Amino acid sequence: MSTSADTIDEFVSSDYKYGFITDIESESLEPGLNEDVIQFISAKKDEPEWLLEWRLKAFRHFEKMENPTWPHVKYPPVNFQEISYYSAPKKKGDGPKSLDEVDPKLLETYEKLGVPLHERARLAGVAVDAVFDSESIGTTFKEDLAKAGVIFCPISEAVREHPELVRKYIGTVVPYTDNYYAALNSAVFSDGSFVYIPKGTRCPMELSTYFRINAANTGQFERTLIVAEESSHVSYLEGCTAPMRDENQLHAAVVELVALDNAEIKYSTVQNWYPGDEEGRGGIYNFVTKRGICKTNAKISWTQVETGSAITWKYPSVILQGNNSIGEFYSIALTNKAQQADTGTKMVHIGKNTRSTIISKGISAGKGQNSYRGLVQVGKKASNARNFSQCDSLLIGNKCGAHTFPYIEAKNPTASIEHEATTSKIGEDQIFYCNQRGLETQDAVNMIVNGFCKEVFRELPMEFAVEAQKLLDVSLEGSVG
Amino acid sequence: MLEIKNLQARIDEKQILKGINLSVKSGEVHAIMGPNGSGKSTLASVLAGREGYDITDGEVLLQGNDILEMSPEERAREGVFLAFQYPVEIPGVNSTYFLRSAVNQIRKHRGDEELDAMKFLKLVKTKMKELGLAEEFLKRPVNAGFSGGEKKRNEILQMTMLDPSLAVLDETDSGLDIDALRIVADGVNRLKNQNNAQIVITHYQRLLDYIVPDFVHVLYDGCIIKSGDKTLAHDLEEKGYDWLIKDS
Amino acid sequence: MSSTTVINLAEEPANAFAEIKRRGTALLPLRQDGLARFQESGFPTTNDEDWRFTSLKPFTEMPFETMFEPTIQTIGQSVINGIAFSQHDTDRLVFVDGHLSSELSQISNQSEGVIVSNLASALTTIEDKIGALSGKDQNPLIALNDAFFTDGAWIHIPANQALSKPVHLVFLYTAIKDGQASHIRNLIIAEANAKGTILESHISLGQAAASTNVVTETQLGDGSNLEHIKLQDQSSLAIHLASLHSKLGSDARYAFHSFALGAQLSRNNLRMDLAKPGIECMLNGLYMTRGRQLADHHMIVNHAAPYCNSHEYFNGILDDQSRGVFHGRILVEPEAQKTDAKQTNKNLILSDEATVNTKPQLEIYADDVKCTHGATIGELDNDAIFYLRARGLDSQTARRMLMHGFTGEIVERIQHNTIRDELNELVWGRLENEYHLN
Ligand SMILES: Nc1ncnc2c1ncn2[C@@H]1O[C@H](COP(=O)(O)OP(=O)(O)OP(=O)(O)O)[C@@H](O)[C@H]1O
Ligand SMILES: [Mg+2]
Repeated sequence: MSTSADTIDEFVSSDYKYGFITDIESESLEPGLNEDVIQFISAKKDEPEWLLEWRLKAFRHFEKMENPTWPHVKYPPVNFQEISYYSAPKKKGDGPKSLDEVDPKLLETYEKLGVPLHERARLAGVAVDAVFDSESIGTTFKEDLAKAGVIFCPISEAVREHPELVRKYIGTVVPYTDNYYAALNSAVFSDGSFVYIPKGTRCPMELSTYFRINAANTGQFERTLIVAEESSHVSYLEGCTAPMRDENQLHAAVVELVALDNAEIKYSTVQNWYPGDEEGRGGIYNFVTKRGICKTNAKISWTQVETGSAITWKYPSVILQGNNSIGEFYSIALTNKAQQADTGTKMVHIGKNTRSTIISKGISAGKGQNSYRGLVQVGKKASNARNFSQCDSLLIGNKCGAHTFPYIEAKNPTASIEHEATTSKIGEDQIFYCNQRGLETQDAVNMIVNGFCKEVFRELPMEFAVEAQKLLDVSLEGSVG
Repeated sequence: MLEIKNLQARIDEKQILKGINLSVKSGEVHAIMGPNGSGKSTLASVLAGREGYDITDGEVLLQGNDILEMSPEERAREGVFLAFQYPVEIPGVNSTYFLRSAVNQIRKHRGDEELDAMKFLKLVKTKMKELGLAEEFLKRPVNAGFSGGEKKRNEILQMTMLDPSLAVLDETDSGLDIDALRIVADGVNRLKNQNNAQIVITHYQRLLDYIVPDFVHVLYDGCIIKSGDKTLAHDLEEKGYDWLIKDS
Repeated sequence: MSSTTVINLAEEPANAFAEIKRRGTALLPLRQDGLARFQESGFPTTNDEDWRFTSLKPFTEMPFETMFEPTIQTIGQSVINGIAFSQHDTDRLVFVDGHLSSELSQISNQSEGVIVSNLASALTTIEDKIGALSGKDQNPLIALNDAFFTDGAWIHIPANQALSKPVHLVFLYTAIKDGQASHIRNLIIAEANAKGTILESHISLGQAAASTNVVTETQLGDGSNLEHIKLQDQSSLAIHLASLHSKLGSDARYAFHSFALGAQLSRNNLRMDLAKPGIECMLNGLYMTRGRQLADHHMIVNHAAPYCNSHEYFNGILDDQSRGVFHGRILVEPEAQKTDAKQTNKNLILSDEATVNTKPQLEIYADDVKCTHGATIGELDNDAIFYLRARGLDSQTARRMLMHGFTGEIVERIQHNTIRDELNELVWGRLENEYHLN
């Protein structure tokens, strides 16, 4: 029995297989943050005056704010002047008109990441927008989507092509005053995806954005906006990776979801930014604000598998404004090595008969620190609101930590809120049982962790569930000797 | 006594009872058997009036009165008793207090005089002795922390105290040791007279050695697919359900 | 980082402190230090995470006046006879506005070496023990108490001894002017294998927005066993601020029960230090609020040694515009392997305007532990209602019975039989008569 206990204790590193650097000529802005930088980004993207104004307002607000200290994470202060706020692959002439004209090195990069973009090898049934540093380099299946009336394009393109839509919704769910990093993002956001699903439309395929940070010393500040008109339906997935570098890099994204009456948005994330090494050197700071708003009978479901990043700070939330609306949050957060995650959700019940479900699975290994932080709020008018939350933590080894910080507030007598949390370790008897049936300890751990996460995997789109499981296995590699 | 006609019930769009017909006369004991998930507990719950079921068709008459419109407590007062397959734990509610309130509610309904604390205690203690339940249980909250077998015995205690005209026992034998099984059966048999009836839901022929049924019914997929006398239970014990299912 | 802001009102205590000096009160260095700490921090505000849901404004916005003397000098025995627990055979220490009343107190011959007395009369011998546990706490109210406390209980049970009967600490408040404050200090030490039951009642005789600021330190030796039952039943205008600091020895057992029924604003800070193996610590509480009351329980249970169990059970019933606040943090340090910690907070809201804020937290740095917490807000269990109705009880009776069970669940954890029965009746009577149960 004690053998398995000893082995759990031991830790060796696993390889991050997306850690390569693409050698490509890129155009980067000097590090530094000031109004000129914002003017530059806005001009680069050919933005209308109102958007520049909005960015500048956000920046001025940002300057008045302070870095939040409440998350349960430790890191040296970020020097915003050392970051470059714009970097993109250098374009020849006017830049590529279609994916065929994109630099083959870039296409190769995405191929290596498992997201082939060119026609032959595309993932069937999944439209991909590929964002490389600050720019989108192309979107697949555009025409097929256009036929259904679906808009799926880089947000910078949407600003030019569909300004009325962007202007109507941007900043309505996450205003630039919301928090420190949301303000920063609003000032300097570079690219991200825009999705618009017309009334009554079921998006004919999965939409997906693949984010890649490549350049050194750059931050990625993507902004995603998804608008689902009445009675529409869309499933969207994002994936993220970055090269292995010794310096920390900042990724501060904002995602806004608008689900109008009877609409449904399913948003899945597989986040695998470079996590840094055992000593906590390098890795991405992933400071993200994600929020959706549900109108009557609408539903927003967040599913996330968070295995990367040195620090994750992220609370995908749902404002349940409309009656009978539904919010869901399914999360797996794994911290290994010296990773720290402070993640969870907010479910704000405003409408009547609103329902929310929170399933959070935290796995801590190595020296990882994993915190669930959540808010369930039931307003005065939200009669018959229902919430169920289950937050389970699993500890592997004795140098890690697992923490649970839920906040629950109810102002309505008919509300029903249930929150449960447990913390446990992988039992030696469980491992022994598996060993006795001939399984290696690492396989046993993977199997147990996968079982622990089953409820969340079930929520991922089929195509990605398998990927996500593999990712979890890889991230756990070395969690036992 | 009890007349169930074409009873159909669903829960969340799922049809569970698909037309049950069953007639139980005073003085009779009926056994209901059937594979897991066939709808036995659902039938019991519908008889007792649990909320959440959609009764899509059929009627249930108890002594000629339609009970489907009655609240659970009205049915209980009219003499329907359900021994739960999974008795509910009620932390903080003292067993004595609970049981005395129930007994007196039912007595009041029948026009009997309510029992004062002394009389009640005397009665309940006698019954407990017969059932081999320690008096200590009276001090504890209802079912809280009771072992599986203790909960079942507690159901029988409540049944003897409430003296129902129709008792429905949902797997009261599961989880009981041999002695407890005999005690429970004795309790049921002692209750039995010409004016009441019992429906016993069970998976095991064993119980039916002690509580001898007049009829045995097999419930499968929401319907009674076979009825017979006590020998049917023996056949089932031997052959399982397959032969019946194939026939049906 | 706490972000307490210093508000002007904090100057008032400084002025009041002159009176402490003038009177030549004992323990001046401790008091001065308390004042200095308080002046540095000021009153906590809702920007401070620990006070996020509980504003001290009702307290801080009143004039600051320490009760150097009780308002009413004579209180009849009949008053004592009318309060809860008075019919039990107990020893009794009575304090009026934070000052011992020898006439109303009544101490029998306790066993050899047992001390049941007031703190002020024993200061010279216990000086170094005061603040030993509470001193590290940043809470400004403790600093304030350090500066201004007048008296309180001093109980010492030597090794292997037991209290021959429960000790009942009765705190009466006669304040009739808003802002009058009693600062009370209790010290309870149970040495190795000592045993005892302590009752603590807080009762207002006057109707005023007067405040109580009580700090209690309990030290339990190895293998000792203490049951501590606190009933706070002050007037609906009163402000009750309390903090309890306990340090437990190996295999010690400590059960603390809190019944928060009164006061417009009540706050119980509970700080449990489990730094020796084998401890069993239970915090068990019931709060019932109506009108504009707010009841707040804020606890930190720190597991710093292996093989300890801690359980926190808090139930609340909230009516009218009242508020219930619960903050429970279980901290398990890396060395605290085999910790078994469990926490539940359940709330029933009876009106459209009541609010609950609950924040159960786990912070865990050891891997071989069993820690759970659960919080619920909502309605009574439907399965249980059905079960009761299937036994013939109408739904109103069933609901009441479950509500009774909801309080009974807490009351029943009291080990002392007759005290338990009395509290059960007291709580239920209160609910039946003063709350909207249907
Ligand atoms: N609340 C519910 N929601 C959905 N399905 C339910 C619910 N209650 C019961 N069912 C389903 O109805 C079917 C019948 O269940 P029931 O409990 O009546 O079976 P049973 O015959 O008593 O089984 P067992 O022998 O295992 O006790 C099962 O398929 C069960 O899963
Ligand atoms: Mg059943």
